[in-house]
Amino acid sequence: MKTQNTSLFQKEMMKDAFRQSFLKLNPKKMFRNPVMFTVEIGTLIMLLVSIWTLAGEKTQGSFVYNFTVFIVLFLTLLFANFAEGLAEARGKAQADNLRKTREETPARLIAGKSFNASEATQDSTFLKEPYMEIPSSKLQKGDVFICIEGDVIPSDGEITEGLATIDESAITGESAPVIRESGGDKSSVTGGTKVLSDKIKVKVTTEPGESFLDKMIALVEGASRQKTPNEIALTILLAGFTLVFIIVTVTLKPFADYANAPITIAAFISLFVCLIPTTIGGLLSAIGIAGMDRALRANVITKSGKAVETAGDIDVLLLDKTGTITIGNRKATHFYPANGVDENHFAICVVLSSLSDETPEGKSIVELGLKWDPTGGINKIISRQTEKITQTIKFTAETRSSGIDLYDGTRIRKGASDAIKHLSEIAGNAYPKETNEQVKAISGNGGTPLVVSENEKVIGVIELQDIIKPGIQERFERLRKMGIKTVMVTGDNPLTAKFIAEKAGVDDFIAEAKPEDKMNYIRKEQSEGRLVAMMGDGTNDAPALAQADVGVAMNSGTQAAKEAGNMVDLDNDPTKLIEIVEIGKQLLMTRGTLTTFSIANDVAKYFAIIPALFIVTIPSLQRLNIMHLHTPESAILSAVIFNAIIIPMLIPLALKGVAYKPIGASALLRRNLLIYGLGGVIVPFIGIKIIDLLVSFFI
Amino acid sequence: MNTEIPGVILTYALVIIFAIPLGRYIGKVFKYEATWADKIFNPIDNLFFKLSGIDPSREMRWKQHLAALLSINAVWYIISMLVLTNMGRLPLNPDHNPSMSADLAFNTTISFITNTNLQHYSGETGISYLGQMMLMLWQFISAGTGMAICAVVFKAMREKTQPALGNFYSYFVRSCTRVLLPLALVVATLLAFNGVPMTFEGKETVTTLEGISQKISRGPVAAFVAIKQLGTNGGGFYGVNSAHPLENPNYFTNLVETISIILIPMAMVFAMGYVLKRKKLARIIFGVMTIGFLALLIPTVYNETQGNVALTHLGITQSMGSMEGKEVRFGSAASANWAIYTTCTSNGSVNAMHDSLTPLSGMTTLLGMMANCFFGGIGVGFLNFYIFIILGVFISGLMVGRTPEFLGKKIEAKEMKIAMIIALLHPLLILAGTAISCFLYSKNPTLYASWLNNPGHHGFSEMLYEFTSSSANNGSGFEGLGDNTPFWNIACGVVMIMARYLPIIGPVAIAGILANKKYIPETNGTLKTDTSTFGLMVFAVIVIVAALSFFPALTLGPIAEYFTMH
Repeated sequence: MKTQNTSLFQKEMMKDAFRQSFLKLNPKKMFRNPVMFTVEIGTLIMLLVSIWTLAGEKTQGSFVYNFTVFIVLFLTLLFANFAEGLAEARGKAQADNLRKTREETPARLIAGKSFNASEATQDSTFLKEPYMEIPSSKLQKGDVFICIEGDVIPSDGEITEGLATIDESAITGESAPVIRESGGDKSSVTGGTKVLSDKIKVKVTTEPGESFLDKMIALVEGASRQKTPNEIALTILLAGFTLVFIIVTVTLKPFADYANAPITIAAFISLFVCLIPTTIGGLLSAIGIAGMDRALRANVITKSGKAVETAGDIDVLLLDKTGTITIGNRKATHFYPANGVDENHFAICVVLSSLSDETPEGKSIVELGLKWDPTGGINKIISRQTEKITQTIKFTAETRSSGIDLYDGTRIRKGASDAIKHLSEIAGNAYPKETNEQVKAISGNGGTPLVVSENEKVIGVIELQDIIKPGIQERFERLRKMGIKTVMVTGDNPLTAKFIAEKAGVDDFIAEAKPEDKMNYIRKEQSEGRLVAMMGDGTNDAPALAQADVGVAMNSGTQAAKEAGNMVDLDNDPTKLIEIVEIGKQLLMTRGTLTTFSIANDVAKYFAIIPALFIVTIPSLQRLNIMHLHTPESAILSAVIFNAIIIPMLIPLALKGVAYKPIGASALLRRNLLIYGLGGVIVPFIGIKIIDLLVSFFI
Repeated sequence: MNTEIPGVILTYALVIIFAIPLGRYIGKVFKYEATWADKIFNPIDNLFFKLSGIDPSREMRWKQHLAALLSINAVWYIISMLVLTNMGRLPLNPDHNPSMSADLAFNTTISFITNTNLQHYSGETGISYLGQMMLMLWQFISAGTGMAICAVVFKAMREKTQPALGNFYSYFVRSCTRVLLPLALVVATLLAFNGVPMTFEGKETVTTLEGISQKISRGPVAAFVAIKQLGTNGGGFYGVNSAHPLENPNYFTNLVETISIILIPMAMVFAMGYVLKRKKLARIIFGVMTIGFLALLIPTVYNETQGNVALTHLGITQSMGSMEGKEVRFGSAASANWAIYTTCTSNGSVNAMHDSLTPLSGMTTLLGMMANCFFGGIGVGFLNFYIFIILGVFISGLMVGRTPEFLGKKIEAKEMKIAMIIALLHPLLILAGTAISCFLYSKNPTLYASWLNNPGHHGFSEMLYEFTSSSANNGSGFEGLGDNTPFWNIACGVVMIMARYLPIIGPVAIAGILANKKYIPETNGTLKTDTSTFGLMVFAVIVIVAALSFFPALTLGPIAEYFTMH
C-alpha cells in the first residue's frame, strides 16, 4: 500500500460511489442516520403527492412543481449517500491493494497442530527438515513454518530461528529491505511481505482471519467501523435539531389553519428538509471514514476510529530521545588534548583506537579525527600505523573502556572518565586537572566525555554530543501551542537528559528510563486526568503501549508491541505522533464546523420559505421576503435546491478535513465561528438568490 | 420623556450595584461561611431541623436531591389543593370569597408551587386571606427551591470528583431564612411606608369625591408584593397586579419593585462566581445575559415611547408614547422597562397591560420568555443557561478539535442527550400547546369565541403568549384571553408542571454525572469557557435555538401584526 497522491475524485471510485449512493437508499441502512432517514420519508411522501397531483388533485400545486421538489429531495439523498460512498471507495481502493498481498500463499509447515509428520516431504537440497505444504489460510496459531529466499511470508508471526532481509514494501511502501532476526525487538514479520535472502523459521502468532492484514482490510473497508462516542453525541445533537424542526413543521399546520393560510404538502416537506441539518447529517459518516483514511495516508493503521479521535485530545506525548529528538546516536564533536599533548598526536591516537570500533560513536570519532587534521598528514601517518595494531580491546561493561595495543607496546584506551582515571591512578600517573574540568563541562552541556589514555597516561578528552534533529524545536513549539506536553524518554543520566530536553524544547524528561518508569509516568499522568500517547517498538514497551490512551507501535516492532498499541505506524517514524494528533483534531473540527455551518444556514432558508408560505394570505409579509425571491414556488425550490447542492460542494472539505492551526483554542474558535458560523449565515442568502434568478427563467 | 430614559438606566445600574454584594453574600450562605446572619438564624434553622427530624449534615447525591425536591413539592401540592378548594369554609375570610373549582385550584396550585403564578382568578374576589397567606408561603418556598437546587449544581461544578453534593433541605432552609426573608422584610417595609396596605381587615368602604360609596380591597399586600417581586413569582395580590395603585402606588415603589424582580436572579450569577472561585466565568455569563437582556429592553422601550402607529395615522400626537393599557404614574418607558424585566426573569408580575404593547414589544416580551435564561427565574434561570452552556461547549469543542469539556469535565453522549431533551422541551410545550388551541379554535370558532377578544394575528399572539408564559414559568398574561376555562386551566397546569420540573431534573442530572467524572486539567488546547469568544458562542446558541424554533410562530403573530399595521 504505497502512499499515493490520489486525487479526490478518481473515475473508478466515482463509479463505485455512484452505485453505492443508490444501494444505500435501503431504509434499513438509512435508519442509522436519523437526519437522512427523515429526508427519505419526506422524499417518499413527495413521490406520492406527485402521483396524487397527476391523478387530478388541484390543491397541491402543479404536478411539475411537486415532481421537481421530489427530484430535488431525491438528489439530496443521493448526494449524501454519494459522499459516504466516495469515502468508502477511497478506503476500499487501499484495501484492494492490501488484499492483493493476502492472496493464498503456500506455507511450508514444519511444526504445530496442523503438522503431520507422515505426510511431510523432505527436500534435502536446501531444507534440512521435513515439511508439508499447506495453504496460508489453514495456518493455526502456534504453527511453525519455514521461509526461504523468494517466499512470500504466509502469515504474521515471530521469527524463532534465523535472520533474513525482508521486502516490506507491500505494507509500508518503503522499498529499502529490512532485516528481521530471531530474539530481540525485530523478530516480527508480517504476512504478505517477501523474504529477499536467507532462511527463517516463523511461529504463527494470529488465528486465521485475524492477522494484521485482515484487520487492516476490514478497518479500511469500513466494515468494522463503529460509531465513535463523539459521533454518537453529535448524532444526538442532530437528532435533537431534527426533532425541533419536526415540532416546528407539525405545529405550523394548525397555526396556518388558524390564519386561514393553506400550505401545500410540498411546502411543508421542503421547509422541514431545509431546516433539519442535512448538510452535516449527509456528510457525517463520510467525515469519519475520511479521518481514518487520512491516518492511513499518513501510513498509520488505526485499530478503531475512536483511537484517531482520542489522538486529537492527547495532553501528554511520550517520545523516545533516540531517533525522535536526536538523530540516531551520539557523534564526536570536539577533541580536547591535555596540556602538553600534541594535537596531531592526540588525533592519531584517537583515530587509531577507534578504527575497528563499529559503533556509530566510534565511526564518528574517526570521521572527526580525519577532518580535524590541524597540520595535515594524519591520513598518511594513520595508514602507516594501522599495520602496527596487534590487538583490539572491545568495550565491556566491567572495564567500561576500549582501545588497541600496538606492536611497539603502546596501549591506547578510551572510555568513561572514572574508568580511565582509575587506570591512570593505578599506574601512578596523575589525572590532569584540566581534563577533570573538561569532563565536567562536557557533561554539563549534555555531552558524553570519553577520556583517552596512552600507556595509562591521560592525553585528552573526546566530546560526544547528541545531534538534535533540525526543525524539532518548531514541532515541539507547535505541540505546546496545541496544549500538548512533550516528555522525552532516555537512558541518559539526568544531567545529560536535562540539557537535551532544554535544547530540544521538550517540557519534561524521564532519565535513565526503564520500561516500568514509562509505565509509572503514564499512570501518574492518567490519574491526574490527562490523556497520554506514546510510541514504542520493543516487547518491553507493550505494557506501556497498552496503558497509554493512544499507543503507536512501529511496524518494525515486535508482534507484542503491535498487539498492545491501538495504532501501527508503517513508516517507523517516531515523529508521526504529531501528525496523528493533528488528524484527530481535524476530524473533530470538520464535524464541528460543518454542524455550525449547517445550522447557520437555516436563517436564510427561513427568510426564503416562511414568507413564501404566507404571502398569499398575508400580503404584508412580503416585507419579510428580504431576498426578493420571485414567487413562492421559486423561493421554495431555490431553498431545497441550495440545500441539496451544498452537500456535494462540501464533499471535498469533508474528505480533506478543516485545516488545524495551533493558534490557541479561543482564537481557533473565533476563526471557525467567523468562517463557518457567519459564513453559514451569509452564503445561503447569496446562493438562494442566485438559484432563484435561474429558477425564475423556468417558471 | 427626558426623565423617563434616565430612570430606565438608573434602574439597571442600581440592580448591578445591589446584585454584586448580594451574590457574594449568597455565595457565603451556600459555602457555609460565617455571615452576620448566623447569630439570628442558626437557632431558627436548628429548630426547623429538630422539629422535622432532618439531619442537615447528611450528604446527598444528585438523585437524592431530586427526590427530596420532588417529594416536598408533592406535599405542598396536596396541602394547596385542599385549602383552595375549601377556603370558603375556612377562617381568615372576611370578604366571604368562595372556594375554587377543582380545575382552577389545580391551575392555581401548580402555578404557585412551580414559581409561575399564572393567575386565572382575581385576588380581590377569588381568594381568602388564608388562601393568600398560603400562596405567599409558596412564593417563598418555590423561590427557595430554585435557589437550593441551583446551589446543588454550583457544588457539582467544582473540580473535584465528588458524588456527595451537600444537603438539599439545608440549602433550602438557608435560602429562605438567610436570603429571601431578610430581603422581603426590607422591601415590604419600603412598600408599606409608601402606602401599600398591610392588614388582615376586610374590604374598606369609602365615599369617593363623586359621593359614591366604594368598597376597597385590602389585606397583607405589602408582604405579598415583596416576595412576589423578589422570588420571581409575579402573582399579584390584586387581579391587575402591580398596575393596581395599592400594590404599586408611585414611581419610587415602582423602582423598588422593578429592582426586586431581577435582583436575586442576577445575584445568583455572581454567587456562582464566588462559590466556584470563578469570577471571570461569572462575569462572562453576566455579560451574555446582559447583552440578551438589553437586546430586548432597548427596542421595547424605544417602541413604546414612540407611540402607537394606528393612533399616529389618526393624527393623534402621543408625546408620552404608547399609553394604551399603561399607568400614567409610571409612563411608557418605565412600563416597557418592567415588561422586559418581568418576562426575562420568569417573574410575570406586570405594571401595564401586555396585551396593549405595540406588536414588536409583544414579540420582545415573548422572546424574553422563549429564551428564559437572560437571568431567568431564581436558580432555574441559571439552570436553563447551564443547558445552553453544555450545548455551546459541545459545538465549540468540536470546532477547536477537542472532545468537548466544561470546567474540566468531558461532555459525552449521555449529557448531550439530556441537554437536548431539555432544550427541546420548551419549544415543544409552547408550540404544541398553541397548536392544540389553534386546532380547537379553527375547527369551531363559534364554540370557543369567548377565548379570544381579538381574533386574527393578535389573538394568535394571545394564545402563544399564554403557553409561552406557562412554559417559562413566568405567569404574566397577554390577557384578553378568556383563560378561566377547564381547557386553559388544565393545559396550562400540565405545561407548568413539565416546564418546572424537567428543566430542574435535566441540569441537575448533567451536573451530577459530570461531578462524578474525572477532572481534566486545563492545557493550551482546552477551550476556555470564561472568555468573551465562548460567551459569544453561547449567545449564538441561545439566539439560534430560540429564533429557529419560534420564528414561524412569531411570524404569524406579532410580526404579521406589525407589518399589517405599518
